[in-house]
Amino acid sequence: MARNVSTGRKLITTVVAWTIGILIFFPILWTFLTSFKTEAQAIASPPVFLFFDWTTENYSEVQSRSDYLKHFMNSVVVSFGSTLLGLLIAIPSAWAMAFSPTKRTKDVLMWMLSTKMMPPVGVLVPMYLIFRNWGLLDTRTGLVIVLTLINLPIIIWMLYTYFKEIPGEILEAARMDGASLTKEIIYVLTPMAIPGIASTLLLNIILAWNEAFWTLNLSAAKAAPLTAFIASYSSPEGLFYAKLSAASTMAIAPILILGWFSQKQLVRGLTFGAVK
Amino acid sequence: MGSITLKNVSKVFGAHAVIPSIDLDITDGEFVVFVGPSGCGKSTLLRLIAGLEDVSDGEIVIDGRNATELPPARRGLSMVFQSYALYPHMSVRSNIAFPLKMAGEDKASIDKKVEDAARVLNLTDYLDRKPRQLSGGQRQRVAIGRAIVRQPEAFLFDEPLSNLDAALRVNMRLEISQLHQQLKTTMVYVTHDQVEAMTMADKIVVLNRGRIEQVGSPLDLYRRPDNLFVAGFIGSPKMNFVTGAPAAAHQAHTIGIRPEHIALSKDQGTWRGTVGVAEHLGSDTFLHVNADGIGTLTARVGGDFAVTHGDQVYLTPDAERLHRFDEKGLAIR
Repeated sequence: MARNVSTGRKLITTVVAWTIGILIFFPILWTFLTSFKTEAQAIASPPVFLFFDWTTENYSEVQSRSDYLKHFMNSVVVSFGSTLLGLLIAIPSAWAMAFSPTKRTKDVLMWMLSTKMMPPVGVLVPMYLIFRNWGLLDTRTGLVIVLTLINLPIIIWMLYTYFKEIPGEILEAARMDGASLTKEIIYVLTPMAIPGIASTLLLNIILAWNEAFWTLNLSAAKAAPLTAFIASYSSPEGLFYAKLSAASTMAIAPILILGWFSQKQLVRGLTFGAVK
Repeated sequence: MGSITLKNVSKVFGAHAVIPSIDLDITDGEFVVFVGPSGCGKSTLLRLIAGLEDVSDGEIVIDGRNATELPPARRGLSMVFQSYALYPHMSVRSNIAFPLKMAGEDKASIDKKVEDAARVLNLTDYLDRKPRQLSGGQRQRVAIGRAIVRQPEAFLFDEPLSNLDAALRVNMRLEISQLHQQLKTTMVYVTHDQVEAMTMADKIVVLNRGRIEQVGSPLDLYRRPDNLFVAGFIGSPKMNFVTGAPAAAHQAHTIGIRPEHIALSKDQGTWRGTVGVAEHLGSDTFLHVNADGIGTLTARVGGDFAVTHGDQVYLTPDAERLHRFDEKGLAIR
C-alpha cells in the first residue's frame, strides 16, 4: 500500500501515462480538429495542426446533405432499445445461473461467450436472408433484434458476475428476518443489484451505439443509425475528410458526453471483481 | 417459549446422506452448542432448524408446533451468520430495524426497540453508519442486534466468532454468554471450536459424520466421554490414547489419559520417557514425551516444572481418571 515512490519515478510514471493517454486520444482530437478545416487543408501535406482557417462550414454542409437528427434518433432507439430488451432477457437468465446454478451452468456460459469468438461476417448471408424474408431489412425493429442478440452474451456475463458477488447469506438473512420474496427483492436484492445493472446498461449502450458491422449491412436509409451516417461520407466518388470528420464528431459526441458523466460506473463495471 | 424437538430428521444431498437420522430435544431457555469437525453436518443441522434447507425426512417441532413445512420467516427464529450478512446498503439503524419493518410494526415502536437493542450492544453511537464503516466486532454486534430486536423463540448462531481475531473472540464469547443470561432465550450455537463449546454451553451436542456422538453438559462430556471420538474431541490438549499391553493391564483395548491427569517426576513412575518438546505457556507447560514402548504422550504440568528437550522423566497416569474403551471405541464403565 504505502510504498515509497521517489519523485523521479513519479515523474516518469506521469509522463508515460500522459503519453499513452494522448496517443489513445489523438485520433479523436485529430478528427475533431479536421472537422473545422476546409477539405483542402484537411488533406494538406505536411498536415496543419492548429493554424488553419477555422470554419463550421462542414457541419452545415453535413446537416443539409443528410438529416443528422433522423440518424441520431435511430441510434438512440437502436442502442437503448437493444440494451433494454437485452436486460429484460439477461436479468432473469443471469439471476437463475447465479443463484441456482446447476452442473451445466458453466458450460452454458462458456457456450454463450464462444458465439462472440465467431467472426460475424460468417453468418452475414443467412442473417441477411432471414431479415429479407421477414421484412426486417432497414427497420429499427430489425436492428434492435440483431444488436440485442450480439450483445446478449456480454450482458448476461456482466450481470452474472455482479449477481454472483451478492452473498447468498444476505438473502438468507432477509428470509430469516421475515421478508417475503417480494420484499426480499424490493428491499435487499434490487438495491444491491442496481449498481451492477446500471454499469451493464451503460456499457451496452456504448457498445450498441458504436456497433457498425450489422447496422451498416442491415440498414440502408430509413433505419440507418449514426454509423451509417458517418460511412456515407466515405463514398466511391472520393473521400471528404473534413466532412467525414464533422460527421464522426457529431456521431460520437452524444456517447462521449454520456460516458464522461458516467465514467465512475463504467470503470466500476469494467473492473468489477478485480479489486475488492 | 422456545423448545425445539428434532424427530428422525435426515438430510440427503444427491446420493450422500449428510445427516442420516437425528433425534434431539432442546428445552426452552437452554444454550445448546453443536460442535464437531468441519463437514460433520453441524451447520446443515442448524440450517434445517432455521428452514433454510428442507429436511429429507423427519419432523422439526418448534414451541410445540410442527414447523417442518414452515418457511424460515414463520418459524419465529433469528439467526446470526458467520459472515454477519448485514445489508450493506442500509445504515446500522435500518439493519436492526429490518425484521421489525418486515413484521409491519409502527415506526415509534420500531425506533424504541432499535434504540434499546443498540444500548444493550453498545451501538448507540454507530446507528447512522453503514456496515462497511464498522470493525468486525461491531458488525457482529449489529448482526446480534438484528437478531434480538424481534424477540424470537430462539437464536441460531452459525460460527459467529470465526471471523474475529483471537482477543475479540474471547470478548464476544463473554458478551454472548451474558446476553443469554439476560434474555434467557433458547440459543443454538454452532462451532468447531471445543473451547467455545465448553465455555458457553449448557448442553453440548457432539456431531461426527452427521451423527450425534454424545449429548451432555460440558463437564459430563469431559468426565464421562461415551467413546473415543468425544474423548479426543473435548479437552485441550487432546486426550492421550494408549493401546496394547498397558491398555490390556486395565482390561481395555484402548485407554485414554488426559494430559492434566498425568503426574510427572524426574525420579520414578509407571512409564519412562524422554522429553521431545516442551511448550511453556507460563502458567502451564505442555510436555510431549516419547514414552518407551508406548509412543508420544502429552502431559500438562505446572509452569515451574523445569525440563527441556532430551531430559528423562517418569509419567504416572491417575488411575482414578483413566478412561477405558473397548475395540469398537466405546467406553467401558
